[in-house]
Amino acid sequence: MASKIELNNLTFYYGNFMALKDVNMNIVGNAITALIGPSGCGKSTLLRTINRTNELIDGTRLEGKVLIDGKDIYDAQIDIIELRKKVGMVFQRPNCFPLSVYDNVAYGPVVHGTKKKAELDKIVEESLIATWLWDDLKDKLKRSALSLSLDYQQRLCIARVLAIGSEIILLDEPCSALDPITTLRIEELLVSLKENYTIVIVTHNMQQAARVSDYSGYMLLGELVEFNQTSKIFTSPKDKRTEDYITGRFG
Amino acid sequence: MKIKPAFTEQIVKKILFISTAFTVLILLFIIFYILKNGLSVIDLEFLLTSPKELGRAGGIFPCIIGTILLPLIAIIIATPLGVGTAIYLTEYKREGRLTRIIRFGTECLAGVPSIIFGLFGFVLFVIYLGFGWSILSGGLTLAFMILPTIIRTSEEAIRAIPYSYREVSLSLGGTKWQTITRVVLPSALPGIVTGVILGIGRSVGETAAVIFTAGSSLRVPASLFDSCRTMAVHFYILAREGISMENAYGTAAILIIAILFINLVSYWLMHRFMAKFS
Ligand SMILES: Nc1ncnc2c1ncn2[C@@H]1O[C@H](COP(=O)(O)OP(=O)(O)O)[C@@H](O)[C@H]1O
Ligand SMILES: [Mg+2]
Repeated sequence: MASKIELNNLTFYYGNFMALKDVNMNIVGNAITALIGPSGCGKSTLLRTINRTNELIDGTRLEGKVLIDGKDIYDAQIDIIELRKKVGMVFQRPNCFPLSVYDNVAYGPVVHGTKKKAELDKIVEESLIATWLWDDLKDKLKRSALSLSLDYQQRLCIARVLAIGSEIILLDEPCSALDPITTLRIEELLVSLKENYTIVIVTHNMQQAARVSDYSGYMLLGELVEFNQTSKIFTSPKDKRTEDYITGRFG
Repeated sequence: MKIKPAFTEQIVKKILFISTAFTVLILLFIIFYILKNGLSVIDLEFLLTSPKELGRAGGIFPCIIGTILLPLIAIIIATPLGVGTAIYLTEYKREGRLTRIIRFGTECLAGVPSIIFGLFGFVLFVIYLGFGWSILSGGLTLAFMILPTIIRTSEEAIRAIPYSYREVSLSLGGTKWQTITRVVLPSALPGIVTGVILGIGRSVGETAAVIFTAGSSLRVPASLFDSCRTMAVHFYILAREGISMENAYGTAAILIIAILFINLVSYWLMHRFMAKFS
């Protein structure tokens, strides 16, 4: 299968600290790829290199290449706004704006210049339907997003990303603030979305990776130790370090 | 003899209570005293006519106009400048020596006595730029006087907005400016408004800086280049020259009521805004 995202010899520094070491990875489209590994191993860093939010941090440096649809996204020609539209991100804690449900979802389209009310209405509705929120929220669009429960908020954050027409969704431990039952709902949602999206999810929960993902990468100290189909990673890991982690001997 | 901690605790509690009660009492006394002496002279005529015989008789209409116009000009000028500076310092400029120097400078400016601002405004606006004693000179001077406060409070309000809001907005493809105008400023508005209210309060009550720059004419101003007298200045002149203590208290009472009113309205506005926003 053709890869949607390609990381070639990717090395990343915070100042002098090397947070990613020569990572090579081909992320397949319309599938879920999970990144697992102990805290501090560089999962979030890797995720943020894919939508270039890492460069908002002072003193960082990147070597190697990140290709999306075969194009180098660190090329000087790349329009960063277009890139961030294409690659949406969902964060660890639900971080809805202190705005209404509607305005949260419409935020992206509005900053990208959609003005017509009918058009916005349609985008909001579609995004909420896709995240299974429409039935519950269609009469509460004017409510403050912050009044919703955490899993609704997190799904709203996903809807907000769908609304900008992203093709790739990056999720950084999206369920760490949620309880097990709502976590399952988010997981089901992700599985339903992969038909149309390329999803990369960071998680420190191995069961979650095993449940939702098609491919998994195990990271340790900035290295991608092993990357393979999830079934293979979890049943027959090739690397000793992966095996130790998966069997719970470490991490 | 050793004092038991429990006993100390009792004493401290009493002393703290007494200081609080004392503060509140003094405050109430001042307000009560002024209202008691002032309210009797206040009627529609006092509000709507010009002073006669230097203020011995007649009303304070021109002073009310002056008290509205001067702070208004000050706010119109100081708010964009102050908020702009705060945005630049927090969002565009990396924390470093320059920001520290600017912050130190604003803090020093905030502590400069208003009469110094008056002198500065007199030299710059009245004399050098040739605006004369005028509403414009006075408003500009007050603007510089309240600028540090507005910068300080806005900066603190903007800094208090969680980084995550900015992060999401940028990750959704918003530009920095869109992020500031659509996310950061609306969330920081209550803090910014507080600074502006403080500024209004200070400029409404200011005398020294105003006498130096706006003069003390008793005519109803016809343009921004006319001199005018604010209520605070009127009170000062009436009381100091012994023209009419009665009318002085009347003016003071209106001044106090006005300041209460400004505070109430701004709190009301802010609450309405907050209710809508979050
Ligand atoms: N802004 C930063 N500045 C400096 N070092 C950082 C920064 N963010 C992360 N790091 C370091 O980079 C390493 C990887 O961090 P991160 O990608 O957040 O790990 P993970 O998401 O796997 O827990 C950690 O050692 C962390 O301390
Ligand atoms: Mg992380």
